Amino acid sequence: MALLEIKDLQVKYGVIPALKGVSFSVEEGEAVALIGANGAGKTTTLHAISGIVKKAGGTITFGGQDITNKPAHEIVGLGISQVQEGRGIFSNLTVLENIRMGAYLRKDAKGIEEDMGRVYRMFPRLEERKSQVAGTLSGGEQQMLAIGRALMARPKVLLLDEPSMGLSPLIVETIFRTIKRLNKEEGMTILLVEQNAQMALYAARRTYIMETGEIVRSGLSKELKNDDAIRKSYLGL
Amino acid sequence: MFTQQLMNGITVGGIYALIALGYTMVYGILKIVNFAHGDVFMMGMFLGMFFTQALGMHYLIAFPLAAAATAFVGICIERIAYRPIRVADKLAVLISALGVSIFLQNFAMLVWGTETHTFNSGIKVQTFRLGSVTLSNIQIGVIVLCCVLMVVLYLVVNKTKIGVAMRATSHSIVSAKLMGINTDKIISFTFGVGSVLACVAGILVGIYYDAVYPTIGYSYGLKAFAAAILGGIGSIPGAMLGGFVIGIVETFGAAYISSGYRDAFAFGILIIVLIFKPSGILGVKHVDKV
Ligand SMILES: Nc1ncnc2c1ncn2[C@@H]1O[C@H](COP(=O)(O)OP(=O)(O)OP(=O)(O)O)[C@@H](O)[C@H]1O
Ligand SMILES: [Mg+2]
Repeated sequence: MALLEIKDLQVKYGVIPALKGVSFSVEEGEAVALIGANGAGKTTTLHAISGIVKKAGGTITFGGQDITNKPAHEIVGLGISQVQEGRGIFSNLTVLENIRMGAYLRKDAKGIEEDMGRVYRMFPRLEERKSQVAGTLSGGEQQMLAIGRALMARPKVLLLDEPSMGLSPLIVETIFRTIKRLNKEEGMTILLVEQNAQMALYAARRTYIMETGEIVRSGLSKELKNDDAIRKSYLGL
Repeated sequence: MFTQQLMNGITVGGIYALIALGYTMVYGILKIVNFAHGDVFMMGMFLGMFFTQALGMHYLIAFPLAAAATAFVGICIERIAYRPIRVADKLAVLISALGVSIFLQNFAMLVWGTETHTFNSGIKVQTFRLGSVTLSNIQIGVIVLCCVLMVVLYLVVNKTKIGVAMRATSHSIVSAKLMGINTDKIISFTFGVGSVLACVAGILVGIYYDAVYPTIGYSYGLKAFAAAILGGIGSIPGAMLGGFVIGIVETFGAAYISSGYRDAFAFGILIIVLIFKPSGILGVKHVDKV
């Protein structure tokens, strides 16, 4: 059974449907991507999983447990962390306070220290700037902070919402190499939302394609990469 | 004369500051103005009076109980009047706040009547002279207590886990939730703390002026709100500073210019500051990188 299982998920904003019955799954240790154009419903899907938006129908199960109507803070406690679109950094707090915030629900001081070391090894830049107010970091550094902070919760699944947004190609590559390494070397389960289809197909084993609130295609990334229709509409080749 | 007026100004200013903190903290977290906050102050005052007079308790027991009861009132207001419409537009919140305000005033009138009560806390007023300045024990109590509470609040917000959670929630409720913060709890806590401070202010005003009536929250609430805006709404140090500025300006204005215009000075300075610095003295404009 899949670690994260979404079945017939529906979300409405007012009367307007944003998700019209979305189903997909993420296996333990797998990296899965969800790609699609602006307004397809990718962020809404992640917000539904994290308990930020109300569901109009469908179910979400995580590790066999129904989490469809659980409050957001409990979902984090169960092991689902999200790196928000636009990073969601607390720009009024320092880098260190942001990182500690990621471990908000944890009580094991020693484990927190260890994980902090791990985050700093992953992103040395953050250690150099730990007492700086986070709002003054560059976009790329903020993305590193957002990922590092999410890891501080020791999640079982990491949800990433457009980590490439607004970053230079070089930084995007660094970030995606880190994401891929997290998945391959540390076995972190990842659900990645992207508009940058190329990067998503590179990082994820499987990919779902979303259009106006529905999943229209899915498959192994390496197969989708060579599909003519996809090359045309998503990779611009 | 000057020092005397300064001390008087600081005394009222401290009271405005305590009330202003409630406005600014709630605004900081929910971006709404709790227009019922002046009436929470009034409730704190009546509850302080009620526990000492009607129940005959010693003030050391009565006042903490009154503070707890006022916190409960504040938390209920958020639960009942604001939480269900949190996603609605600001006009709905404003109307809800006015509704709560009318309800609390009428509640007080129903229970305690419309007349003015004496506070009778059992604390005796003693005055003494320091050079040319006359001070009362109450005045010193007000100043000391205001300062202590502000330091405590500063430490809570900046040095404790719940304080960091408050700052995170005030920055973004969604981001805070994604960290595992139970933001509803943080919001309740914020209303509770704001209400306790309002209750302390209410009790201090009760002792200092010895007059309690159901509509007293209106003028104090309005001036404290002006203080919060003046300091930069959302900013805790701003609310403290704004409170003292308004208290001192109005006391000096009343003493040296005309006591008839007492209330005009507070709002006059508010208008002047807003013309030159619309975000308030310590207010920050949010510049978030996207
Ligand atoms: N808070 C909201 N209120 C009303 N409508 C919303 C809200 N959030 C999203 N929507 C609408 O729901 C639809 C899906 O939005 P969503 O943010 O999930 O898209 P997305 O795939 O993440 O897009 P992008 O790539 O631009 O981030 C859009 O039509 C959007 O306008
Ligand atoms: Mg999005």
